[in-house]
Amino acid sequence: MKIGNKLALAAIAIVVSGGLMLTGCNGGGSGSGSKSDTTDNTILGAGATFPNPLYSKMFSEYNKINGLKVNYQSIGSGGGIQQLTSMTVDFGASDAPMNGKQDSAIKAPVVHIPATAGAVVISYNLPDVKDTLNFTPDVVAGIFLGDIKKWNDPKIAEINKGVKLPSIDIQVSHRSDGSGTTNIFTTYLCKVNKDWETKVGKGSAVNWPVGLGGKGNEGVAGGVKQTPGGIGYVELAYACQNNMSYGKLKNKAGNFILPSISSVTAAANIEIPADGKVSLTNTDAPDGYPISGLSWILVYKEQKYNDRSLDKVTKMLKLVQWMTHEGQQYSGALNYAPLSAKAVAVGDAILKSVTYDGKPVLQ
Amino acid sequence: METTVDNNLITRPENILGRVITSAKIRDAVKGIKRIQRSHRQIKAENVFRKTIILVALAMVVLVMGILLTLILQSVLSVKATGIGYLWGKTWDPVRDIFGAYPFILGTILTSFLALFISIPFSFAVAIFLGEYYPKGWLPNLLKNTVELIAAVPSVIYGFWGLAVLVPIVRVFETKIGVQPIGLGIFTSSLILAVMIIPYAASLGQSMIKMVPSNLKEAAYSLGATRWEVIRSVILPYTKSGLFAGILLSLGRALGETMAVTMVIGNTSLIPKSIFAPGNTMASVIANEFTEADHPVYLSALIELGLVLFLVTVVINMIGKRLTKQFTI
Repeated sequence: MKIGNKLALAAIAIVVSGGLMLTGCNGGGSGSGSKSDTTDNTILGAGATFPNPLYSKMFSEYNKINGLKVNYQSIGSGGGIQQLTSMTVDFGASDAPMNGKQDSAIKAPVVHIPATAGAVVISYNLPDVKDTLNFTPDVVAGIFLGDIKKWNDPKIAEINKGVKLPSIDIQVSHRSDGSGTTNIFTTYLCKVNKDWETKVGKGSAVNWPVGLGGKGNEGVAGGVKQTPGGIGYVELAYACQNNMSYGKLKNKAGNFILPSISSVTAAANIEIPADGKVSLTNTDAPDGYPISGLSWILVYKEQKYNDRSLDKVTKMLKLVQWMTHEGQQYSGALNYAPLSAKAVAVGDAILKSVTYDGKPVLQ
Repeated sequence: METTVDNNLITRPENILGRVITSAKIRDAVKGIKRIQRSHRQIKAENVFRKTIILVALAMVVLVMGILLTLILQSVLSVKATGIGYLWGKTWDPVRDIFGAYPFILGTILTSFLALFISIPFSFAVAIFLGEYYPKGWLPNLLKNTVELIAAVPSVIYGFWGLAVLVPIVRVFETKIGVQPIGLGIFTSSLILAVMIIPYAASLGQSMIKMVPSNLKEAAYSLGATRWEVIRSVILPYTKSGLFAGILLSLGRALGETMAVTMVIGNTSLIPKSIFAPGNTMASVIANEFTEADHPVYLSALIELGLVLFLVTVVINMIGKRLTKQFTI
């Protein structure tokens, strides 16, 4: 082939690839919007992995009652919010309320409806210690900052009088992937420890000063189980199902609380603001577990967009209402905490405020 | 009439018919054999085929260019925020939006090259065994299929096997040599990567070694060379470039391997102090943090990490091709 032809072909290749890419970018926002309307009997959702087992059970039970199919993709809270922003799903699910940057990226207001609650437990591997250990906020922060290095450190010993602690090193395990669990845990540590707030901060992924990373709850659990002297943070549901030992934590009221479904529900039994966005960490409730968190369902406040039908919107809102009422009966068996009465009431009020073409959908 | 060799000369219908008729008539007359006549449709089919394969090849180029363009455009936000210091920044802090890729670049290069060095003796041994000593037979066939099976096993399974089996063994080894017995780290992931990349160099090397002309080998034997001397002085120099290409293939696989590495490398964003310390690789960070990247600069920084990985792979491949050219001279 002559040189001129080769150059021409190369130029065409670059132009074509550029063109395809630009149309792809533009089409992503507007073109995919129509996909949410494939059938009126399927609802699309995406978001957090933490409540996925519970939501799967709820959706399958609702299908038996109602025939409505729900397709939920557990791609992570961040992914769920992104999909809701580009309007490719009907609802999103997140373990953390939307932050400022996500709010500014979204074109219309979004409401947060509390759907379930969970807790983050401190799990440890000390085979010779049979009692449940006590932890205080400063001790936990000290361990995860790397200041407290051995198990028989005086700070740990003084809150665990009478327990023989071995003199082995503490091996910290944390999450390597971004996650709502990390978000809840680091939010709590920021609230209770100034050192943590200045050195590390809070978020779904942070710059951990010490420790090994594991992918998912399984990764952290594996890290803890395989290392004598290991410590890590996992979700309550996960710890219960895998028979891991976890410790009691001192809450704001000064009581050492064992994480359980009842102590999480108690933590949520506080005044919940009208927009549903509240952090349950370091709760005021006297018998609430301090590292608890709500998980929310996110929908747009104004539901008439992208040719959505009133019928579909009504079906979706009725689904969410069922999830916060009758659906809660399935939480206990799967180690999720049912919503407190106050949380359900706030959720109901928010659902009634969702409008279609300006008019509220549910009465 | 053109004097250059031009396809049109052969494929234009009038020319074909003209040549066929004049020469065919004479030759048929002489030999009485019927000549094949190409119809207009068959000639057109030739053209269509040629254009189709050119188009398909072009599509590949378009695809790779498209990927590169997407990576560049999406990382502009992060480049504006962090600048060129991204490449040697040592902190990866998504909370404060301080992103530095140096620990991950170091981790990727360390694990890949260490895995390559560990696997080279094994892949060469397999290649020489199967290519020179026992090219035929049921045992070599079994070995060949097993080695190819190593490449077929999904990398997640290697990750699980590493986590369940290799990590405790490495932990025992680390206590023996007096290092902190974590088990996870650069060393463990290099071991697993080494196992995974053996088949690539071994397969390519084996076919190269089989292609050495036997007259060269026989000439060496007739001069009194031993088996080892034949391998060292005749076969290996002859197959140098092919073996090197196999090594490059293995290295390319090791650079991009994600799942197996992310399970056993310990995932710490600190610079590893020794090969037994935990670390992180670029692919592993992207796989872990992409779905939950909740603000635009964070997402852009991860895509920029992908761009850096892409460019590192391209640079290493270009260096490899240069070295291969030097070997063939």
